[in-house]
Amino acid sequence: MSIEVQIPTILRGHTEGQKTVPGSGGTLGELLADLEGRHPGLRDRLVEGGGLRRFVNVYLNDEDVRFLGGLETPVAEGDTVTVLPAVAGG
Amino acid sequence: MLTIDRATYDAIVAHARRDHPDEACGVVAGPAGSDRPTRFVPMANAARSSTFYEFDSMDLLRLYRDMDNRDEEPVVIYHSHTATEAHPSRTDVGLAMEPGAHYVLVSTREADTTEFRSFRIVEGTVTEEEVRVVAVLDQSTTEQRT
Repeated sequence: MSIEVQIPTILRGHTEGQKTVPGSGGTLGELLADLEGRHPGLRDRLVEGGGLRRFVNVYLNDEDVRFLGGLETPVAEGDTVTVLPAVAGG
Repeated sequence: MLTIDRATYDAIVAHARRDHPDEACGVVAGPAGSDRPTRFVPMANAARSSTFYEFDSMDLLRLYRDMDNRDEEPVVIYHSHTATEAHPSRTDVGLAMEPGAHYVLVSTREADTTEFRSFRIVEGTVTEEEVRVVAVLDQSTTEQRT
């Protein structure tokens, strides 16, 4: 069992078109580092400096990780992580 | 080209008018791969601003889960400009993350005329497209042009 990560259409170029990819780690940051090994470039689309990019939303199960602990949010086997780019503009 | 039915077109314009002077935003979902905007979903502008819009992050999650369950995609993503033309701003282009969507812009700067235009935004390149308004989506013989 692992952590299921749901990838939005725009980032599936990094996952060979796959809609969900499995990963592992104890925190969201570790999970993204694990994914980067198999899906180069993905992490950079989500992380900037030491935190999540402003216009990318990452959810642990049903919660926005911004309100949990950002990249330090604990994750565990059986969790689902969903990535969704913000729908925003000026 | 964007083909959209009259009722949905009118609903987008009405939403933009209603939320003026704030920007209004939403999507029209449709069956994946169909290019048919069939389900109008007005969204709240979490920014509550006349110069910016953003879907609330929890609303966004619910919207995408819902579309996933229905095997839909966002065929149209719309928002309004309240003081400028119905053309994507630099911010709009920088943040456009759905290359398959029709980005619809409505301008409410004039009280009595509405600008309604549609664009593709792919990797920073904006391409305007024709908007064809039909009475009913499946019956293109009754089309009207705007």
